[in-house]
Amino acid sequence: MTRDPGLQPERTRLAWRRTALALTVVAVLALRLALTRGVPGALLGAAVVLLWAGALVALWGRAAGRGPVRAGTRALPSIALSTAGLALLSVPLVLRGVW
Amino acid sequence: MPIAKRIIDAVREVIRRWFDPSEIKSVGSTPDYRFSLANERTFLAWLRTGLALIAGGLAAAQFLPPLPLRHLREVIAVVLLLLGGTVAIRAVDRWARIERAIRLGEELPVSRFPAVLALLVGLGALLLVGAVLVMGFGGR
Repeated sequence: MTRDPGLQPERTRLAWRRTALALTVVAVLALRLALTRGVPGALLGAAVVLLWAGALVALWGRAAGRGPVRAGTRALPSIALSTAGLALLSVPLVLRGVW
Repeated sequence: MPIAKRIIDAVREVIRRWFDPSEIKSVGSTPDYRFSLANERTFLAWLRTGLALIAGGLAAAQFLPPLPLRHLREVIAVVLLLLGGTVAIRAVDRWARIERAIRLGEELPVSRFPAVLALLVGLGALLLVGAVLVMGFGGR
C-alpha cells in the first residue's frame, strides 16, 4: 500500500487516543462522585473502574496503531457501551445525594 | 409478557450485530479504507460529544452549589447523563448504518438527531442563562 498523504491511519489513531483521554476524565469524575457516596457509592465506583479498564483494553490495539487497518471491530461497540454504562452508573450516584 | 420479550430479543439482536464484524462485511464490497477510517473518526467524535455531556452532568452534580429550586442540580445532572448515554449508543448504531451504506454504495442515511441535540443543548443553555440572571438579581 502506498503511503496515504492524508495520513488517515495516524489521524484515526490520534482520535482513538483523544477518546481514551476523554473517557479517563469522565471515569475520574465519576469515581470522585462515587467516593463521596458511602459504601454503595464505593461499589459503583469499583464498577466504574472496571468499565474504564475494559474499554481501555478494547481500544488499546486501535490507539496503539498495531495491526492492519480494518473495518468492523469490537472496539467500537465496546467503548460505546462502556460510555453508556458510565452514564447509567452515574445516575444512581447523583440520585443518592438526594435520598 | 410477549411484548417485553420481543423488545429484549430485538435489543439483543442489535447488540449482537454491533459486535459481529462479519455481519457488516457480509454486504456489498470492501470500500477504500480511508472511507472506513473517516467513518470511524466520525463515530469517535460523536462518542466524545457524549463523553462531554456525561462529564458536564458529573461536574454539575459535584461542583454546582445547591440551587434555589429543589433538586434542580440533580435534574440537570441526570438529564445530561442520559443525553450523553443516548449519544454514545446512537454513535455506534450510526457508524454501523454508515458502514453498510458505504459498502453498498448507497446514499448516507439522514438523521434529525443532530438538529434535535443542538436544539436541546441551545435550549438548556438559554434556560441556564435565565436562571443565572434570576439568581443574580434575586440574590441582592
